[in-house]
Amino acid sequence: MTLLERAGGPLVDGTELAVAAAGDGATKRDAILLSGVGRVFRRGSTRVVALDGIDLSVRRGEIVSLLGASGCGKSTLLGILAGLDQPTSGTATVHGRTGLMFQESALFPWLTVRGNIETALRLRGVARRDRRGLAEELLASVHLHGFGNRRPHELSGGMRQRAALARALAQDADVLLMDEPFAALDAITREVLHAELERQWGERDLTAVFVTHDVREAVRLGDRVVLLSSRPGRVAAEFVVDIERPRRMEDHAVNELAAVITSRLHAEVQRHARD
Amino acid sequence: MTDVRTGSVPVSLSLDDEIAGLDALDVADARLPGAGVRLWKAAWPKLAALGLALVLWQLIVWSRWKPDYVLPGPRVVFPQVVDDLRSGKLVRATLITLRRAAIGYSIAVVVGLAIGAMVSRWRTLRVAFGSFITGLQTMPSIAWFPLAILLFQKSEGAIMFVVALGAAPAIANGVITGSDHVPPLLTRSGTALGARGLNLYRTVTLPASLPSVLGGLKQGWAFAWRSLMAGELLVIVARSPSIGVRLQNARDLADAPQLVATMIVILVIGICVDSLLFATAEHAIRKRWGLIDPSR
Repeated sequence: MTLLERAGGPLVDGTELAVAAAGDGATKRDAILLSGVGRVFRRGSTRVVALDGIDLSVRRGEIVSLLGASGCGKSTLLGILAGLDQPTSGTATVHGRTGLMFQESALFPWLTVRGNIETALRLRGVARRDRRGLAEELLASVHLHGFGNRRPHELSGGMRQRAALARALAQDADVLLMDEPFAALDAITREVLHAELERQWGERDLTAVFVTHDVREAVRLGDRVVLLSSRPGRVAAEFVVDIERPRRMEDHAVNELAAVITSRLHAEVQRHARD
Repeated sequence: MTDVRTGSVPVSLSLDDEIAGLDALDVADARLPGAGVRLWKAAWPKLAALGLALVLWQLIVWSRWKPDYVLPGPRVVFPQVVDDLRSGKLVRATLITLRRAAIGYSIAVVVGLAIGAMVSRWRTLRVAFGSFITGLQTMPSIAWFPLAILLFQKSEGAIMFVVALGAAPAIANGVITGSDHVPPLLTRSGTALGARGLNLYRTVTLPASLPSVLGGLKQGWAFAWRSLMAGELLVIVARSPSIGVRLQNARDLADAPQLVATMIVILVIGICVDSLLFATAEHAIRKRWGLIDPSR
């Protein structure tokens, strides 16, 4: 059962949601459409249901935060969206190219930062002579101009994640899939990267699915926060974040909504104690 | 401009500055000491160990455990090494041996890398040959010589055969182990970038397993060098006065100083190849990957 909860005032996009639901316009507006997506893993004789009947649509240009306790199958869901994994039931449709970011930068340690980005360009099919210039442009766009010759280990965690963002953008991604990309960073760096991500999102007309454990971060970034239940992962609740950008983690409205979602998350976790 | 609701400066105004500030704080330029200092740091423990070994050797000689003509001391052996080098015979012998080592090892590298790459790519080959290759690696190379002599007679071929056979399994195993230890995150990341199949192997698996491949190459060299020495003692090819031949001659003539002098040459070549070639390559890789603490 999908519960649509309103928060922070009236639902501004109510009309658009209606259009999307009408069906025909859905494919044009939706970057991601999941219907009844399930994923079952078989480990020997045991059957682990990671995802069960996930219905979710993400409109083009929307940032959706995926929130959930451990074992809600967030990473599995991202893997399916990135095309690394197939659902065992239901259908998953993603329009446009996807770029994937992880908690660790997952940059290749044997290449320079520029080499990492050029690799993404090569795999996308960009001609050799164009790669260098494009890589430099991407580096400059994440404020890493002049760091192209560095190795990943020579950079700080925040810089590595920016390089990873540049590499994801090098895929000419329309849809950014982010698996707790800022979880390992200190608070200041994290806030700076929130702003950086928001800027890229605005400039490049991106769609983003942002997985996080941090409720305030989910509210800070998302147009919508989708709460997943655990074992099996289902959509437990959706919250529309109607707070004007630019936002900050300390904003009162952000904290207010975060408190509401957190209590809902607690209820979700406690449900498992009774199971 | 101050945001009225929160009392804070909007991030967008200062984002560029803030990023630049964080980066400046984060990226410390690690200055490495100069080349001379580093060379001395690497060299002095080795020189000290060498000195200690020489002292021990001299002590054993002084203890009169064996008579001088059986176990000569450094003061007899080193002039012998110098004489042998001057006469050109030792140089010629070394060149013959090194040429064999280079050819045999090169064959082993090509065969080992090819087999390792194939076995690590295909699961079926892996199941079929994985433990077989490990088995081959543990087989003493000297056990191959009777067969090699039957197949190739007492020729260069017999020596090459055994040298290559001694080294190739270690090299193949290095490649296989390397591809087993690629961090799954890197593979996932490469797949997400769109690399599949052979492209994924070339882009992620192979470079990620480079440290292990280098380990295999290094171990392969040790096996090749040992096999070569055994081969040169067993298979004496006419008109090829190799190091092994000199060793055998010295024993036949009971020329202990020449025997020990030749052994020293064998040891020095082994150490040089290891420290100049493999240790340098290993250090370069560890530095590239950030596995060396620059402050040490």
